[in-house]
Amino acid sequence: MSAKTWIPTPARPAPANTVGFVGWARENLFATKLDSALTLVCAALIIYLLDVVFGWAIVDASFSGEDRNACLKQVQGACWPFIDAKLGQFIYGRYPEMERWRVDWVFALGLIGLVPLLMPKVGFKRANVIFMLGFYPLFAFFMLTGGRFGLAPVDTSDWGGLLVTLVVAVTGIVGSLPLGILLALGRRSELPIVRALCVGFIEIFRGVPLITVLFMASVMLPLFLPDGVNFDKLMRCLIGVALFASAYMAEVVRGGLQAIPKGQYEAAAALGLGYWKTTRLIILPQALKLVIPGIVNTFIGLFKDTTLVLIVGLFDLLGIVQLHFTDSTWATPETHITGYAFAAFVFWVFCFAMSRYSIFMEKHLSTDPNQ
Amino acid sequence: MQVLVLAAVLGAMVWLVGNVQSNLERQNINSGFGFLSERAGFGINQTLIAYTEDDSFGRVVVVGLLNTLLVSGLGIFFATLLGFSLGVARLSRNWLISKIAMVYIEIFRNVPLLLQIMFWYFGVLRNLPSPRQALSVGDAMFMSNRGIVLPWLEAGAGAMWYGVALLGLAAGFFWLRRRTLKAKLTTGHSTRFWRPLLVLALALFGAAALMAGVPFALDVPQLKGFNFRGGLTVIPEFVALLLALSLYTAAFIAEIVRAGINSVNKGQREAAAALGLPERVALRLVVLPQALRVIIPPLTSQYLNLTKNSSLAVAIAYPDIVSVLAGTTLSQVGQALEIIFVTMMIYLSLSLLTSWAMNRYNQRMAFVGNNT
Amino acid sequence: MQIFRTLCVGFLGLAAANLLAMPSVQAAGKTLEIVQKRGHLKCGVSQGLPGFSTPDNRGKWTGIDVDFCKAIAAAIFNDPSKVKFTPLSAKERFTAIQSGEVDIIARNTTWSMHRDTALGVDFPVINYYDGQGFMVRADLGVTSARELDGATLCTNQGTTTELNAADYFRSNGMQYEIVAFEKADESVAAYNSGRCDAYTTDHSALYAQKLKLSQPKAHIVLPEIISKEPLGPLVRQGDSSWNDLVRWTHYATVAAEEFGVTSKNLAKMKLSSNPSIRRLMGLDGSFGANLGLSKQWAVNIIRSVGNYGEIFERNVGVQTPLGIERGVNALWTKGGLHYAPPIR
Repeated sequence: MSAKTWIPTPARPAPANTVGFVGWARENLFATKLDSALTLVCAALIIYLLDVVFGWAIVDASFSGEDRNACLKQVQGACWPFIDAKLGQFIYGRYPEMERWRVDWVFALGLIGLVPLLMPKVGFKRANVIFMLGFYPLFAFFMLTGGRFGLAPVDTSDWGGLLVTLVVAVTGIVGSLPLGILLALGRRSELPIVRALCVGFIEIFRGVPLITVLFMASVMLPLFLPDGVNFDKLMRCLIGVALFASAYMAEVVRGGLQAIPKGQYEAAAALGLGYWKTTRLIILPQALKLVIPGIVNTFIGLFKDTTLVLIVGLFDLLGIVQLHFTDSTWATPETHITGYAFAAFVFWVFCFAMSRYSIFMEKHLSTDPNQ
Repeated sequence: MQVLVLAAVLGAMVWLVGNVQSNLERQNINSGFGFLSERAGFGINQTLIAYTEDDSFGRVVVVGLLNTLLVSGLGIFFATLLGFSLGVARLSRNWLISKIAMVYIEIFRNVPLLLQIMFWYFGVLRNLPSPRQALSVGDAMFMSNRGIVLPWLEAGAGAMWYGVALLGLAAGFFWLRRRTLKAKLTTGHSTRFWRPLLVLALALFGAAALMAGVPFALDVPQLKGFNFRGGLTVIPEFVALLLALSLYTAAFIAEIVRAGINSVNKGQREAAAALGLPERVALRLVVLPQALRVIIPPLTSQYLNLTKNSSLAVAIAYPDIVSVLAGTTLSQVGQALEIIFVTMMIYLSLSLLTSWAMNRYNQRMAFVGNNT
Repeated sequence: MQIFRTLCVGFLGLAAANLLAMPSVQAAGKTLEIVQKRGHLKCGVSQGLPGFSTPDNRGKWTGIDVDFCKAIAAAIFNDPSKVKFTPLSAKERFTAIQSGEVDIIARNTTWSMHRDTALGVDFPVINYYDGQGFMVRADLGVTSARELDGATLCTNQGTTTELNAADYFRSNGMQYEIVAFEKADESVAAYNSGRCDAYTTDHSALYAQKLKLSQPKAHIVLPEIISKEPLGPLVRQGDSSWNDLVRWTHYATVAAEEFGVTSKNLAKMKLSSNPSIRRLMGLDGSFGANLGLSKQWAVNIIRSVGNYGEIFERNVGVQTPLGIERGVNALWTKGGLHYAPPIR
């Protein structure tokens, strides 16, 4: 009897139908009979939709031309020359063509300041924030309105398109954050009157539609001011949007405040910190970090809501696109859908990017060992 | 400190009110709510209650409010249906279905609602044919750029008895349900439920028919002159608004549902599987009831958003409360202050009412949840 | 919490910068003084109605109503460009003038008793006599408004048009469905796409909106005029000297047409010995001073925008795409309704 070493037979490969694409498909697409049926129906639906969209946007579309005649084929898809001809209007509105470089500068500088701010790895956050919140708004304000430093004044009623959309959204965002924080702190305050006032403010603004707020701001605000005091319509809408957004922001921030364990307050009290110091140094840094995704979501909502200013007569991107539908040189059956598709795409890119960023931040922050 | 804040706020209010008063007085603008009883004089193209130009502005408010409630109510219904389906689909093991749901959600929630409303109204519905070339289903239902026209039951005198019968049936349903539940809890046996209900229905409607005959006539729309006459017309403004509101809100509800289902402990599903419950039943009886506790609060705020968003009707001439009150009435009467105040109050009460109702429901759900 | 602090500072900086630049404090009542101090006139116009007030791609406004505001600016500043135009929707307009957002509204607005007496506004004068009509597709085969029984109408929300249409159809025992849009552009787009059988508004506006349709020739304006629509500027109630200024700005252009004074022949007319013309031109009397203006006020108006006839023909007359006849808008001496009280 010689010692026999037991040699295990090598593992056989997994059955062919459980690996690779076939295996993946069996697992994920054709697990049961019902699944298979659903998969086939969905696949058919996707192919059909792709065919419709692709056919409309590319195959049957017109790409060049000077007026409506380019878009009057028998089978007509999108009328892209319309967008091409009006692009300047869609971005700047009636901003004088000679002065559009000023808008470009504001856009460019905003981008330069914003991108490093959004990347967690890049340093100099503090300098960056000071730049974006201290210098940039002033720069943008003087550049866009003009009338000083040798720049020709441009009336805000000539602003339009993407410019107005971005101005309203950015000001709304920048204005609503500090106000929202104050309101959230007020709502959790131990002083009953302050709390009641904050709750009242928040609930009223959250309870009414934005267009009534905008309508109030755009035409009724002067009634509430002393006779003769008046300021720009765009400015009044900005205030309306910022107040409205701050109520939503307050609720998001409140969520963060509620998530801070009581021990943090007690520890701060034990160190002898007062209310403001505790809030500023201990509570807010943690709470705000927690609710960054919520804040970004509020921003996305606000960005989409900027379209409502068209109802009170400001021409944001959607408003200016709609305005140009009345141009009879471009009146075709496809002009409307093309214009809406373009506007939808622009809004979608902004909102989708923001929502992805929010998810990214959520992941980034949750791996933070400090949490 | 508090006194200071209060004084500041009160001072600001007094200042504002004072400004308003002096501004109004100086310009001799009418004030008060007297206009509500005056003759409105304009037509509205969708009214749920009888309305003519001779009715008052007060009735206009009611007509507009009902239109708002109609579109919000149906919008909430469809958005919930679609949203729950999408939310479940998003978590489906079927890769294709889950991805389709994802693409839908990412597209619809990232495009402004106003744009979607205009897209459906000015982009899509306007391309429907004119009434004379209307698409028809069996020559009874028509679809044209004037809207969808459906056959409708015209109720004559005596239709009230059928209403009474219906109420009776509803009462019978609840009574029977309670009885069966009680019987099941005490004895453990099921008692008959459907058969007595059917008998009751036959008896009630039979009695109504004896009292009043058949006071209903089918009103089939017919093309006469410019448009269809008769039947029930669903105006395109309503269709566009409902479509946009439902599709938009469904995307948000889907995300809420997904988060809710994900929040249910994995062990619950495994336990259900161990008990031999099929996946569908497990979802319906085990997972969803628990997920609902997480879902309901954000769902409530979506319902509120939908109701408030219905005010965007003003962009496409659907006669909702903002359109007829803060639009037409405002420019006929010119009393911006009173009218905007009334509009805001209406929305505020709708909001408070909805949150109250949902809070009640939420409490019940939470209670049941804790017991299981 | 450095971020928070900088945030607050930044926000306050922003707010301060805006507030410093924006508000302009005015004294109560004296609109003319306020306008003079501000350096420009704030004029509310429509959101785009060819012939009355419409902006081109560069934001330059033209039209009868625009010229009216330019005339006032010319009278006050001797510079017709010192006007800031604010486009207003039908429903915003009364609130905008009540709240003081604009000094004057020239927005093809109908003078009605309710508006004059209950809204805190005054209508100093009528600058265009109009009436409501209907536009339909030519291939509909309709030739009279009486044939519109059962029709769907598109119109603008919050206008007298909406009320007149209701009255007209009801008093003639006809049925109708109304779809009222907030913006004129939207109602025209809806009519154009076939949502409505007819578009109804003021006759002049029908001709104007027709130009915006994809095939203007495929539409006809029905002959019936179902209402009186005296269109004119409106101002806040309670400042009668401002009211006077607006009224006489219009009458100056009408009187100029009557006397044959045009923007071209001003130099020649200055030599005229006709006492009426001399008074209009500020050569005799102190009519300008009584309005708080210079002696040359009417000359400034006529030099900048011309007399009423010139304004009409330039913006809506038969030579323009709108092609509207003078009709009731001719001078009283030519069978029309425009009649200026004597300047003396």
